[in-house]
Amino acid sequence: MFDYETMRVIWWLFIGVVAIAFALTEGFDFGVSTLLPFVGKTDVERRVIINTVGATWEGNQVWLVLLGGAIFAVWPAVYATLFSGLYVAMLLVLFALFFRPAGFDYRSKVSDPRWRNAWDWGLFIGGTLPPVLLGVLVGNLILGLPFHLDQDLRAFYDGSFWGLLSPFALLCGVVSLLASSFHGALFLKWRTEDVIHDRATQTVAILGPLLLAGMVAVTLWVFIGIDRPEITQMAATDAPSNPLNKAVIAVGASWLQHFMAHPWMLLAPLLGFLGLILAWLLGKGTSTMAAFLFSSLGIAGILLTVGFGLFPFLLISSTDPRSSLTLWDASSSHTTLLWAFWITVVFLPIVLLYTRWVYKILWGSITEASVLKDSHTLY
Amino acid sequence: MIGDDVVMLSRLQFGLTALYHFLFVPLTLGMTFILGIMESVYVMTGKEVYKDMTKFWGKLFGINFAMGVTTGLTLEFQFGTNWAYYSHYVGDIFGPLLASEGWMAFFLESTFVGLFFFGWDKLTKVQHLTVTWLLAVGTSLSALWILIANGWMQYPVGAEFNYETLRMEMTSFADVILNPVAQVKFVHTVAAGYVTGSMFVLGISSWYLLNKRDIGFARRSFSIASAFGLASILSVIVLGDESGYTSGETQKMKLAAIEAEWETEPAPASFTLIGIPDQNGQRTGYAIKIPFLLGLMATRSIDEEVKGLKELQEGSLVRVKNGMVAYGELQKLRSGDHSDATKQAFAEHKADLGYGLLLKKYTENVVDADAAMIEKAANDTIPKVAPLFWTFRVMVACGFTMLFVFAMTFYYCATRVADQKRWLLRMAVWCIPLPWIAAETGWFVAEFGRQPWTISGILPTHLSVSSVSSGQLWFSIGGFALFYTVLLIIELYLMQKYVRIGPSSLHTGRYCHEQATTTAH
Repeated sequence: MFDYETMRVIWWLFIGVVAIAFALTEGFDFGVSTLLPFVGKTDVERRVIINTVGATWEGNQVWLVLLGGAIFAVWPAVYATLFSGLYVAMLLVLFALFFRPAGFDYRSKVSDPRWRNAWDWGLFIGGTLPPVLLGVLVGNLILGLPFHLDQDLRAFYDGSFWGLLSPFALLCGVVSLLASSFHGALFLKWRTEDVIHDRATQTVAILGPLLLAGMVAVTLWVFIGIDRPEITQMAATDAPSNPLNKAVIAVGASWLQHFMAHPWMLLAPLLGFLGLILAWLLGKGTSTMAAFLFSSLGIAGILLTVGFGLFPFLLISSTDPRSSLTLWDASSSHTTLLWAFWITVVFLPIVLLYTRWVYKILWGSITEASVLKDSHTLY
Repeated sequence: MIGDDVVMLSRLQFGLTALYHFLFVPLTLGMTFILGIMESVYVMTGKEVYKDMTKFWGKLFGINFAMGVTTGLTLEFQFGTNWAYYSHYVGDIFGPLLASEGWMAFFLESTFVGLFFFGWDKLTKVQHLTVTWLLAVGTSLSALWILIANGWMQYPVGAEFNYETLRMEMTSFADVILNPVAQVKFVHTVAAGYVTGSMFVLGISSWYLLNKRDIGFARRSFSIASAFGLASILSVIVLGDESGYTSGETQKMKLAAIEAEWETEPAPASFTLIGIPDQNGQRTGYAIKIPFLLGLMATRSIDEEVKGLKELQEGSLVRVKNGMVAYGELQKLRSGDHSDATKQAFAEHKADLGYGLLLKKYTENVVDADAAMIEKAANDTIPKVAPLFWTFRVMVACGFTMLFVFAMTFYYCATRVADQKRWLLRMAVWCIPLPWIAAETGWFVAEFGRQPWTISGILPTHLSVSSVSSGQLWFSIGGFALFYTVLLIIELYLMQKYVRIGPSSLHTGRYCHEQATTTAH
């Protein structure tokens, strides 16, 4: 049961799980940071907002680190091609993330309002630019990226940073930001009382329809206006990984046909839409916890839709379709996949257990009174 | 062919960002352990001052930890952004080690660090102590995995080249993990981290003692730092000697370069204490030598030779020629000739494939290299001697100076007269930068000494880079320079601010800036 082909599929699922865990946990951290300067008017209000995520954001960010590390371990060619190809975009994400550790930890260590205000905007950048750029990245995964591999399997990128910012990709960036802000607003609402709680409710009410409209637009655009390549011939699914051992045509069955060919895959977009519609309806009212859970399901549905839609592609090349990377020909060796599998099987439950414990200990509403009481220890 | 400027700028960026990250890592490693010790004493004795110590030094640790997280993220991104061919070529081995670090270390430290700061009133004493120790274990586990990865770059075991996938692939995970170079590097490096934490606490406590403020608090911090520091510096030195021993086995070239040993001397070789290495003339001028010492350290024997650079270069020449054969056979395999004879010929020579790849710098086809190119490639295998020679000696000098400081402070702590030895307190303050100097020079010796390889004997540095432009590199280097400079200024500002306020920053009402009282009871 642990043959090479199965391991490749299992790892495709695992990477999906890690990506979803990242989107759900750091998603609300990002959202809370984006909303910070707008929902919090006074210093104490902003401290309330920061401390809803202050004690746990670091653990959440590890999902991003792990996502990078797992892709490196399991699909080295994807890690190499994606990170070097999108050089400028990746560095912009990184530079934006720089604002977060210092923003959380340093902001309240000096009482000068100019200092604190500057860090609030730093946190805003650190929570806003990454979801936008990562959304743009997902858009480009769907459109395909201009890259090719040479005979040594060295990756060359044939486009530029500005080339990434096509209207479709920018729309994906906006949807991603709306999703993280919506998710963050629900989290904020869940963990606060009074004025912040009320403002978060209003934010949920406004962002919900915008997010759903954006998702409809992206879905229609993909089904009507974007070509999907197709593999016409490839090595066996348990053959050694070499992406150049296949033939690919640039325009094959459409995205819609791809989903229709495997109707069960339509559950993913269904989950995405239903989850977020319910999250919006419940989030406007008083069922905040349920709304947050549906929002999580909805975001998971969006990511599953992207993954299913691309299958078996991981990175589509728009300029040299044959160089496209798939889970069959861009994976690590069988030995490595097996080792990484066992490590994950052991440590994933452990991590989830202690993360749950930490959240349980730290759970409870953050209020202005609680912030003022521990003014010297809290962020 | 890859532009030399891209290779040079990629190395510059990696070197600077890694060295910068390494300003914060050792302190994190050391401080988490010291916090664990302080809090253990608190839980055992119930004395509030130990809780205050944990909290105050914890504040300084937090300021540092934020920078460690910030700059560590860069390295995770950078293998992909700047070393894409490296990532493709050895991702099968290097990737799972990084992923393991994520699962076992990053989650542990990052999840519990929040609870360390905000869990004081929400946990029992023993629960909080457990959290603190988990944080310490997490940081040291992180060092373990990254040093297994780094150890593999220095001494690549448990992997082989696969001509079908055109990359290195793992053959034995156990060999990779139990790599002797990695084990020694791990203990040497974490112990250096513990030294850094100890020197930091020792120096700042000395400053409080010199200023006669918060005496009880400072004296207790001083004692813990001097005892833990002495144990740690001894481990660093013993394990540093041990890594001289292992590199005698596996990284002869690096060892010979550090020692500027050009000729193979009759065993046991003498140790060059100081001198002026001359790369072009392949000799070391004005050398002061200690007989027998190098032979004893590197081989643990009196009759084994330590090979000199010139002899090692001859060996490289043979391997470059073998590597050309391997490359030729690889080309045949790739063009579809899968006959047993070709496979056999490739298998016989593939251990030297990396040496063949050194020729890519001079000719794309490798197999058509002329004698001059082969000579140049063999010459490339000798790292630049002078920078290694000097940085190594700076590191060792820092180490022994700190050994002196820790030994003296420990002795006077034991005899309970440490606060009267003002010269020693002053010296401890002035020695605060030493662990950083030692850590940075040590890092330089290990990594610069590995040149011209990213993976010793397997993959040359100049092939490892991404296909990016020098313009993109200038953009990123500029960005790093800007962010890192501003962040460093902010970090140092906050550090000195909280050091000056001292334990009064806890607002317990027990310390010098708050009340008239200056004792910590």
